[in-house]
Amino acid sequence: MNFFGQAVAGFLTGVLASMGLGGGFVLVVWLTLFMNVDQRAAQGINVLFFLPIAFTALIMHLKNSLVNKELVKQMLFGGVVGAAIGTFGAQIVANELLRKLFAGFLIAFGLHEMFSAGTAERDDSKKPQHG
Amino acid sequence: MKKFFKGAVCGFLNGFFGSGGGVVAVPILEKEGCDTNEAHATSVALIFVLSLVTAAFYGFSGNLDFKSAWDYIPFGIAGALCGAFFLKKIQAAWLKRIFGGIVTAAAVRILFV
Repeated sequence: MNFFGQAVAGFLTGVLASMGLGGGFVLVVWLTLFMNVDQRAAQGINVLFFLPIAFTALIMHLKNSLVNKELVKQMLFGGVVGAAIGTFGAQIVANELLRKLFAGFLIAFGLHEMFSAGTAERDDSKKPQHG
Repeated sequence: MKKFFKGAVCGFLNGFFGSGGGVVAVPILEKEGCDTNEAHATSVALIFVLSLVTAAFYGFSGNLDFKSAWDYIPFGIAGALCGAFFLKKIQAAWLKRIFGGIVTAAAVRILFV
């Protein structure tokens, strides 16, 4: 059962993560709800897991010329600063609070996906837009 | 400067929750002019680099479990190959709605279990 669960959770996470659709949520939820891993440890496992998965997907995305390198460069510096602060924050917040905050983040994401999916695709006809 | 803050928000959430930076990056990238598929692919590139930083910090504080991660990585790579292959071909709207529902249900369970 565990092996089967691992295979399904890993595969689904890989599919969704490679598309930037929130795959990491699958693995973190699987680890915390079904494998009794604590929240912080699950997050660490997901970050590690994501590296080879993202690398694999990235090679294909680059081949398909789907990556906007200029935007990556422009957002990177802020991103690294944010990552440092966020990671530090995750180390000092109590595990149980981190878990509840994570659930809140999931709900915000889940509701957004349920009710906004489709509008973005329809907007494609009008792209590129500049905000 | 605006992009600095947008990047910082993605980085913060990805670091704090160890996941999810990509889903925040996608709408931001779309606002910056990417089409849907480009935004999803670019988010993976951005979050890959940010996750390297995050992994290093988790490592310093002793929160990295290589053994557990390794249990999932081969399946994940298979999934990534499928996902990246299909990204150009699918309309993700229905996938998002279903996944959004599942995630919301899981979140409610986390809150009350």
